[in-house]
Amino acid sequence: MEDIDAIAVLQDPVRRRLYEYVAAQGREVGRNEAAEAAGVARTLAAHHLDKLAEAGLLETGSRRLTGRSGPGAGRPAKVYTRSRAERSVSLPARDYRTAAELLAEAAEQAGLDAGLCEAARRRGEALRGPAAPCAGLDEAMDVLAARGYEPHLECDEGGEGGEVGGGGENGGGGGTAARVVRMRNCPFHALAERYPPLVCGMNLALLEGLLGAGGRVRARMDARPGECCVVVEDSKNNDD
Amino acid sequence: MTASQRAAHLAQLNIATLLHPLDDPRTAPFVEMLDPVNAAADAAPGFVWRLVGDGAADATGLRPAGEDVIVNLSVWETQEALWDFTYRSGHLDVMRRRRDWFARHVKAHLVLWWVPAGHRPTAAEALERLADLQANGPSPRAFTFASAPTAAEAARHLEAGATSQP
Repeated sequence: MEDIDAIAVLQDPVRRRLYEYVAAQGREVGRNEAAEAAGVARTLAAHHLDKLAEAGLLETGSRRLTGRSGPGAGRPAKVYTRSRAERSVSLPARDYRTAAELLAEAAEQAGLDAGLCEAARRRGEALRGPAAPCAGLDEAMDVLAARGYEPHLECDEGGEGGEVGGGGENGGGGGTAARVVRMRNCPFHALAERYPPLVCGMNLALLEGLLGAGGRVRARMDARPGECCVVVEDSKNNDD
Repeated sequence: MTASQRAAHLAQLNIATLLHPLDDPRTAPFVEMLDPVNAAADAAPGFVWRLVGDGAADATGLRPAGEDVIVNLSVWETQEALWDFTYRSGHLDVMRRRRDWFARHVKAHLVLWWVPAGHRPTAAEALERLADLQANGPSPRAFTFASAPTAAEAARHLEAGATSQP
């Protein structure tokens, strides 16, 4: 299916809600859960989820959601995750991707990391505009979401890090573990895979500029498989 | 996955030319990160082995490629495991700051190749692979992340090479 046809599948508002819900979870989502989130009946949700899978926007799998196994555990449930494939449409046709790859290749060969990071920091500052440096993690979440990073809060316990309740009703009850913002989406994914130190360094500098220096949050590189390389946390010195 | 593919491990060599000696204050941030990053490598999924100097914690004292060139030689179960450690762990932050400490290389400075499981490549063998990549470009004998052969190509190559190995 061509990109324009796949994207057109999202014109249906129910499909779009289902797609956005599955994409935002960052894990496998079953039909019941998706139906509930989109406010539609399970059979209708199943129909639209499968249309999204046919279009290549979602990927499907099967899993026993209850954790039971063996005889009597029941049939595995169908689950959905967002497809990793990128879709884009440009009218008229533009090809910034090729230009970006060529510029990155040249920058990598010439060792232009420092100049690129300076430009990225300036761009981040310009995007922030006259706004004061970011005042807290909640504001950082909004700023990052607006730029497509798909941020989510985690309790950083130096390891696996449990997810903080997504609805926000647990907000403020973090207890001893420090809350950090992690990001599911890398807006520069294809370039970052090809030139990781160069492009991830650029991304960090961009975010440092965007969040502002001397505020209550700071960006730090803390790469993990499958996520953006940057984590945003409270500044260590914010009580000084 | 066939038995021969499972029996293949991925070796990697990368070399870096120091701008200043290891005991220079300008190189200190790099030296400080050596132990934690090496510990992270040792604990990383898919890590098999890395070269260290006699009685040393790392290979920075070995200079098989030149007086001011440090080498990093390791073996991994899969290319994905090596990728995730190199670019998706605390090691990325070291890479990000590489221009602070290392000279820019005009020629390839990283090479990958398949070895039979259990094989511990020597520095000399690794430098031969790097020279091969620099002279001939990527091939199943010596390649990069961006030019890696498929698992099937790698298995064929390793089987062909195994008969000629001592």
